[in-house]
Amino acid sequence: MNIHEYQGKEVLRNYGVKVPNGYVAYTVDEAMEAAKKLGSSVTVVKAQIHAGGRGKAGGVKVAKSLDEVRTYADEILGKVLVTHQTGPEGKEVKRLLIEEGCDIKKEYYVGVVLDRATSRVVMMASEEGGTEIEEVAAKTPEKIFKEVIDPVVGLTGYQARRLAFHINIPDELLSKAVKFMMGLYQAFVEKDCSIAEINPLVTTGDGEVLALDAKLNFDDNALYRQKDIMALRDLDEEDEKEIEASKYDLSYISLDGNIGCMVNGAGLAMSTMDIIKHYGGDPANFLDVGGGATAEKVTEAFKIILSDPNVKGIFVNIFGGIMKCDVIAEGVVEATKQVGLEIPLVVRLEGTNVDLGKKILEESKLNITSADSMADGAQKIVSMVK
Amino acid sequence: MSVYVNKDTKVIVQGITGGTARFHTKQMLEYGTKIVGGVTPKKGGTEVEGVPVFNTVQEAVEKTGANASVIYVPAPFAADAILEAVDAELDLVICITEHIPVMDMVKVKRYMEGKKTRLVGPNCPGVITPEECKIGIMPGYIHKKGHIGVVSRSGTLTYEAVHQLSTSGYGQTTAVGIGGDPVNGTNFIDVLQAFNEDPETEAVIMIGEIGGTAEEEAAEWVKANMKKPVVGFIGGATAPPGKRMGHAGAIISGGKGTADEKIRIMRECGIAVADTPAVMGETMIQVLKERGLDEKCKTH
Repeated sequence: MNIHEYQGKEVLRNYGVKVPNGYVAYTVDEAMEAAKKLGSSVTVVKAQIHAGGRGKAGGVKVAKSLDEVRTYADEILGKVLVTHQTGPEGKEVKRLLIEEGCDIKKEYYVGVVLDRATSRVVMMASEEGGTEIEEVAAKTPEKIFKEVIDPVVGLTGYQARRLAFHINIPDELLSKAVKFMMGLYQAFVEKDCSIAEINPLVTTGDGEVLALDAKLNFDDNALYRQKDIMALRDLDEEDEKEIEASKYDLSYISLDGNIGCMVNGAGLAMSTMDIIKHYGGDPANFLDVGGGATAEKVTEAFKIILSDPNVKGIFVNIFGGIMKCDVIAEGVVEATKQVGLEIPLVVRLEGTNVDLGKKILEESKLNITSADSMADGAQKIVSMVK
Repeated sequence: MSVYVNKDTKVIVQGITGGTARFHTKQMLEYGTKIVGGVTPKKGGTEVEGVPVFNTVQEAVEKTGANASVIYVPAPFAADAILEAVDAELDLVICITEHIPVMDMVKVKRYMEGKKTRLVGPNCPGVITPEECKIGIMPGYIHKKGHIGVVSRSGTLTYEAVHQLSTSGYGQTTAVGIGGDPVNGTNFIDVLQAFNEDPETEAVIMIGEIGGTAEEEAAEWVKANMKKPVVGFIGGATAPPGKRMGHAGAIISGGKGTADEKIRIMRECGIAVADTPAVMGETMIQVLKERGLDEKCKTH
């Protein structure tokens, strides 16, 4: 799960990580009020959307007066920002972060991620702040320093110091930088983050070490024990069908094509998309109904697929293991009873309780094209939607 | 021979009183797996499918002589269940549970350093040696005894590959699902190494997916060490970047973990990569024919 920058900064503040003073604003009036409260000579007006690259897209402005705050807030609120992370349709700005400007001396990068190779948390730091870390990694990998963290002792003082020395934090700011890194690691672990990225971390003219930006992502599997983080979820930033699917614990992702897919298992669901593409079709979604789904959940899944106006045909590809074929069949039949079915439906069933599943579909008298294999099903649905 | 499990493996089921565990305990017993006990705190002294239930893993091991465990415990308690099994010094622990928080698994992995237990999973279908021992949730009937080793990050894709092999007449030594999570107990290289050393296994099919670099590392290992032919497949070639495709581990981030890159490196390392998931079996058969292994591997 993603949260906004201002929310991320609030989380970090609780762990002793220094961030600039600032307030969230939903309207121009609120932005003005926030700027007055800050009373700083320079105020930054920042669009809050769940995507990077906001600055380049015109979503971050530096205001030197209250009038300018008004002008920029008015300009950015409601604007659709298109960045390299939003897709071509962009994202509408509904919230602003009004923040006090600071006297930046130098920009750095600090990030915490899970390193799969070592199964440990890793803190990375670089002197190349402000640029995307992937770009630094590709062009000048020697400028990225890493510390692998043992979960028993956590990030140690010497590791944080070593990172700070490597990226040339001035000696007089060393203890502040170490405190910053310790807080960041603590937040990562205690809040079950999947990414905690500060880009840039800045040193300022008045001798501070600050997080000028903050990107925190969270492990969806741990949200059950992070109620305060769950409360920060912004549904405006998510796809409607994905929200609906998440209510039923379905793993659903919207795509641009016209063939709806219902599959069990993430690997098979991905591969079903791949094989549809291979035969010249275009999948409308990724949908893994999971292992423990009930007929009711399958019904909802089917309804979500049908609610997409782009969908011109549906391919159900099931290889039952923990999921039983009869449960899928019941769900499909029930959904079509509830919402009707006017588009082609191809079903391929195999695995646990396959005979029972096929029988349910046959007896339903629904207009279903059955497929013997994944390839057969993919070819059939592709030809039917053409 | 086979890897990890065989007809002598004695298994306990952790979380045996839950619905899914009950269903699969029955399925495993019907397949012939030696399920010798179950564990659910406070349910000690009861029975499930004729199998005695204990309060702790330690007690279950003492009373039954089990050497393996399978975990169906819900995600919030699953990491603790793994630790309990490791502490009881079982040889093998297979964790079926999905949605375990990553930070829990980071701690589990750290705890397991230097311990004797092998963990397979979490978020995996389990391990099966056809006609001997089935531990997990896979449909037993699709498997046939034979000479192909199967290792995969995805459960349903494992079934797909096994099904294609069996219906063409090619049985399997063992099929191992290593699971779709970013932190897991057993990786591709561990399993490839086991298959490499197993005299019954003649060839291996390795099924990966987008995210991470485990397939690339495994491919390099194959190039340097593997004596047997390896066939591969990567799911998620058409997945959009930045989106988590169901599995916590299946996400393309920062341009890393794409299917194209994995396939390129696997091919460079001599692995025959199937173009679509529908031809995993065919690709294997073709490789077997090229290597003169077809006769030996065709089981009927």
